[in-house]
Amino acid sequence: MATLADRAGTQPLRRATGGERSSRAVLFLLALWLSLCTGLVFLVVLVAQTLVEGLPRLDANLVTNYTSLLYPEQAGFRAAILGTVWVIGCTALLAIPLGVAAAIYLEEFADNERWYTRLIEVNIQNLAAVPTIIYGLLTLGILGGLQLVLDFQNRNVVIGGALALALLILPVIIIATRESLRAVPAEIRAGSLALGATPWQTVWRQTLPAAIPGIATGTIIALSRAIGEAAPLLLLGAVVFIRYDPNGLLSGFTTMPVQIYNLVAQPQEELRTAAAAGIVALLALLLLMNGVAILIRNKFQRRW
Amino acid sequence: MTVNPIIATGAPMSDSTPTGAQRQVVDVERVAATKRAIPDVPRAVMSCAELNVYYGDFLAVREVNLSFGENEITALIGPSGCGKSTVIRCLNRMNDLVVGARVEGVVRYHGQNIYHRDVDPIEVRRRIGMVFQKPNPFPKSIYDNIAYGPRVTGMRPDSMDDLVEQALRGAALWDEVKDKLKQNAYSLSGGQQQRLCIARTLATEPDVILMDEPCSALDPIATARIEDLMMDLRQRFTIIIVTHNMQQAARVSDRTAFFTAQADDTTGNRTGLLVEYDRTEKIFSNPSEKRTEDYISGRFG
Repeated sequence: MATLADRAGTQPLRRATGGERSSRAVLFLLALWLSLCTGLVFLVVLVAQTLVEGLPRLDANLVTNYTSLLYPEQAGFRAAILGTVWVIGCTALLAIPLGVAAAIYLEEFADNERWYTRLIEVNIQNLAAVPTIIYGLLTLGILGGLQLVLDFQNRNVVIGGALALALLILPVIIIATRESLRAVPAEIRAGSLALGATPWQTVWRQTLPAAIPGIATGTIIALSRAIGEAAPLLLLGAVVFIRYDPNGLLSGFTTMPVQIYNLVAQPQEELRTAAAAGIVALLALLLLMNGVAILIRNKFQRRW
Repeated sequence: MTVNPIIATGAPMSDSTPTGAQRQVVDVERVAATKRAIPDVPRAVMSCAELNVYYGDFLAVREVNLSFGENEITALIGPSGCGKSTVIRCLNRMNDLVVGARVEGVVRYHGQNIYHRDVDPIEVRRRIGMVFQKPNPFPKSIYDNIAYGPRVTGMRPDSMDDLVEQALRGAALWDEVKDKLKQNAYSLSGGQQQRLCIARTLATEPDVILMDEPCSALDPIATARIEDLMMDLRQRFTIIIVTHNMQQAARVSDRTAFFTAQADDTTGNRTGLLVEYDRTEKIFSNPSEKRTEDYISGRFG
């Protein structure tokens, strides 16, 4: 023992070769910084350019007016904003209960040893990576079926858009919910069951409430992804000038990204300015939603 | 009644000459002096007969026959992997929750086989409470932790406040928390959390309480308080405790069951089995089995 202590005390604490200040380590660190900066620079330039372009049109008209080819300098996003509210509202109503319920089943009740449970799990993971336009195609098929029962001509309807986006974010919600259910320690479940609670009571009163912050965060991020999505809606035929407020599930609609896509393609300079302003508004909304998600996560985060 | 842990916890570990005299882990005479009179044969509230537990194909415990006396504390001791936790988790069907676990044999509670197919495990767990190794309060207020059991089991007490107070008094926690019932249970210390978990169990009015190493995460002072509490609770409840701590078994229990693990000759799988079950003072002073003597005198395990 004594010899070891002597050696430890007398040896100088030299710089180790390959330590954190060696040239290789510094170079690697620089490379990492460079990668980060490349990404950031592109983002900043893009946002700044859009902001400068859209700045003259960041006014009340942008929100209150319908889009207009006759008065392009006053064109607004009223129909698109209301359309987004309708579609995202319906998306949330469709996707959240279904996604949370599916996750509860898979995490708390399903027998993970069974082949069909595993098949479902693999498929959910894969669905999260499917190109979004596929969901548009799928929705077109569903709407075709619905048209046999319900009376509507146009396939560009609120319920169609909501269906497409709900399918799109369903895997994201399921995965986020499962993650946060899994983070609830098994001791909580065991404690509840040992008191004579049923598995259902345990889920409803212990596991799910403990997982709510994680579910809320995942859901908000999924919804903000849906808000920014255009491809599946384009497939439904949402690229039209709509000059009325959507008023029901079978009402025609357009959304912010779809209208931006539409305006950017127009020849008039004023409409492209309006599009830039619309992008800024959409970005601000997404930032706000993600901010709320982060706030919820930080406020309710629990370390077990 | 006087309830104080009076057995020396400090085994003379310093004198560790391998060939020396037998290590005295538990002070036998003082154990015997503290024990109260109990019937020769336990008035069984619970018993298990020919209990075999499998995890998949693996036989974890075999042929356990035990009966647990009313208002007694029974300790299950033995080295790691001897199946004592497995056995205690069979007694309120918590093993049902382990995927692949299978139980053979009979576990009787007031004469009824709790593994009979007409028996609802939920109902079993309402009568036979359990306290776990790590304190596991719910992330709720102290009050809601206690009220949870009565609420989910559909008890309709005249006053939930009274029920909560009774449970907390029963677990010797009331004086410490009566002014902060609305505070989150996580604000309590580890020992308080464990007493909260005991109080939570008392609130559903079981008659048997299972404790799976309830003090293993606690410091000696908190442990002593839980032990005092157990001595107090045995007047109203039948307590079965798994413990790694032989001094604890000697201090608190009326009867002790010693388990050990035995390797299968062909497969090498280690299966737990019951070696000896007797009054605690007998186990610690004059065990019938050589293996028990070796274990309690600290020669293995």
